[in-house]
Amino acid sequence: MSSLLSVRNMSINFDTPRGSLEAVRGVDIEIPAGTSVGVVGESGSGKTVMCRAAMGLLQGSNVNRSGTVVFDGHELTAMSKEEVRNLFGSGMAMIFQDPMTALNPVRRIGSQLSEGLRVRLGMSKADALARSKELLELVRIPNAAAVLKSFPYQLSGGMRQRVMIAIAIACNPKLLFADEPTTALDVTVQAQILQLLRELREDLKMSMVLVTHDLGVVAGNTDYVAVMYAGEVVEYAPTKKLFADMRMPYTEALLESIPKVDHKSGTRLAMIAGRLPDPTDRGAGCSFAPRCKYAQEKCRNEHPELKKDLDGHLYRCWFPIGEAK
Amino acid sequence: MAGSGTAHMRNTVDSVLTVRDLTVEFRVAKDKIVKAVSGLSFDVIRGETLAIVGESGCGKTTLARAVLQLPPPNSGEVVLDGTDLTLLPKENLRSARTSMQMIFQDPISSLDPRMTVHQLIDEPLEIWDRGTRAERDERINNLLNNVGLEPELVLNRRSYEFSGGQCQRISIARALALDPRMLICDEPVSALDVSIQAQILNLLQDMKDRFGLTMIFISHDLAVVKAVSNRVMVMYLGKICEVATPDALYSKPAHHYTKALLDSVPIADPTRQRKTELLQGEPPSPMNPPSGCRFRTRCHAATSRCAEQEPQLQEVAPGQFVACHHPIV
Ligand SMILES: Nc1ncnc2c1ncn2[C@@H]1O[C@H](COP(=O)(O)OP(=O)(O)O)[C@@H](O)[C@H]1O
Ligand SMILES: Nc1ncnc2c1ncn2[C@@H]1O[C@H](COP(=O)(O)OP(=O)(O)O)[C@@H](O)[C@H]1O
Ligand code: SF4
Ligand code: SF4
Ligand SMILES: [Mg+2]
Ligand SMILES: [Mg+2]
Repeated sequence: MSSLLSVRNMSINFDTPRGSLEAVRGVDIEIPAGTSVGVVGESGSGKTVMCRAAMGLLQGSNVNRSGTVVFDGHELTAMSKEEVRNLFGSGMAMIFQDPMTALNPVRRIGSQLSEGLRVRLGMSKADALARSKELLELVRIPNAAAVLKSFPYQLSGGMRQRVMIAIAIACNPKLLFADEPTTALDVTVQAQILQLLRELREDLKMSMVLVTHDLGVVAGNTDYVAVMYAGEVVEYAPTKKLFADMRMPYTEALLESIPKVDHKSGTRLAMIAGRLPDPTDRGAGCSFAPRCKYAQEKCRNEHPELKKDLDGHLYRCWFPIGEAK
Repeated sequence: MAGSGTAHMRNTVDSVLTVRDLTVEFRVAKDKIVKAVSGLSFDVIRGETLAIVGESGCGKTTLARAVLQLPPPNSGEVVLDGTDLTLLPKENLRSARTSMQMIFQDPISSLDPRMTVHQLIDEPLEIWDRGTRAERDERINNLLNNVGLEPELVLNRRSYEFSGGQCQRISIARALALDPRMLICDEPVSALDVSIQAQILNLLQDMKDRFGLTMIFISHDLAVVKAVSNRVMVMYLGKICEVATPDALYSKPAHHYTKALLDSVPIADPTRQRKTELLQGEPPSPMNPPSGCRFRTRCHAATSRCAEQEPQLQEVAPGQFVACHHPIV
């Protein structure tokens, strides 16, 4: 299968007053065309930085980066800002957790949606408005005409996320980055938005990177999963394979910590004690060692290499699940 | 009487909190009234955790705040340990409130960023004159240890220096400072990572056992409350749909809305994905709630009776109460 996006050996450091912060460390990720890839990990594990860098969006004088990003045959890392910008819309697009930060609070939805169409596609005002209404219908907004006339604050969180999706798909992108698109929403609305994204991917032949902290969300919405911890990909496998045959203790702990409807009431939940390590102070061993129930001496001293099973399943652990200790 | 009925009320001497026919409305324009909570009754028994679950806007926060008289409800009773708070004069209300504390969803913004952790936890102790400086400091250290924070590492830092999970621990320590009998947790883990949610849920369970608390736990997600609740109350647009023990409610939901909420929880197994129809749309405006059953505009089982008559809570199985004309059997 050909890769739509291929991230090779990406590292991102930020210069901070406390020293160099290693946000992303040697990440490789492939997004095969036509697939949905989940990126899962706790807050601070580097998911957003990795995605923004993969889109060529990471700006700032305190950013140090290395590695290559190839999107649809173009090497982004060798392109100018202008050329990267031209890829947006029809190449890549994104949605994120809080649509309010992307929407202008004092302009009506209709003018925000149609402006993009006029600028990017050179549509007339009337055509752009008509197309805006179509787009709102495409994302299953029931009263599209009324929503075109509303301001963002008049819409619910779920409706705002639908508007963001409408803006993102306006130019038929090949790849949609969805960075925690449902984290701030009710479970009922989350289910609706995930269903909408599944249907749109099918209809528009769009690939997707779905970023989330919840393994439950990737289970029914992705073909592959990359688990990130402390800036690294620590496990990567086809989704079914990952859930059937988890190798990485961190992935297992993440799965066990999800509150479940069949949990016995009155009993303790499985949890991952502690927190992510300080990103300005990466120790020598496995980053997960202080929280890992399988950790041994070797884990604290030596950084685990990325290992590959015969079927391509990747993991970064000295004592993977299912192997004799 | 309009309302969701009272069949589920246990009327026992062990009730810490009894709420009867509570109504909260907000006038937002001359002829526009938000009916946030409409004639709602429930009781919470000593040592119990009551979970209140429903979608955003169904009135959970308004209900919790009305229990604390912040602001007082438009009508109804809120009886805490035998005293109706709605009848108390302001001065007595202030001290009654110390036995009921609340924890909020957004852990970072609910803590004053100008105050150190020490000041945050000391504030209620100082206002209520609980002990000497040395006694209060000892209490603060104790509380921090209890919630899993090391006093010497955190006392002089401010909320913005902490993660969401740590801020929630600080909020819990502050809420416990005055030895409340009752803790109301309003979506305490909704803003946290899944991995941190379990930490805070376990901590709340520990605190409940250690301090003999009675709790109300609010969430929009049925999965989150399963482990910590003894009784679950599902709400929709200011009314009760179903009240039951978790075992009954999760294994045999009787209300169509409860079933829909359960069906929207993601399943962390790619081979067991649901094929059921999703609950569509969002709740209608509480300014103009549907007649009869308020859920009828989104219910696939609705009949004409649902538009005409408001369903009252009735017992469908031991300890399981449902307000529906056509409950799931
Ligand atoms: N512009 C920035 N400057 C300095 N540090 C940053 C910047 N952006 C992100 N970080 C840090 O990089 C790490 C990874 O962040 P992020 O990618 O946002 O995590 P996630 O999306 O997984 O929650 C965090 O420690 C975060 O504080
Ligand atoms: N102070 C207020 N003025 C007007 N409307 C309010 C006020 N507080 C809450 N509401 C409305 O009351 C309804 C219930 O809100 P809330 O109790 O916050 O729900 P929940 O906590 O379940 O999300 C919502 O429609 C909300 O917009
Ligand atoms: S390398 Fe060791 S500490 Fe790290 S995940 Fe594997 S077993 Fe745990
Ligand atoms: S009363 Fe009617 S509309 Fe309401 S939940 Fe029952 S069947 Fe559905
Ligand atoms: Mg992020
Ligand atoms: Mg609320």
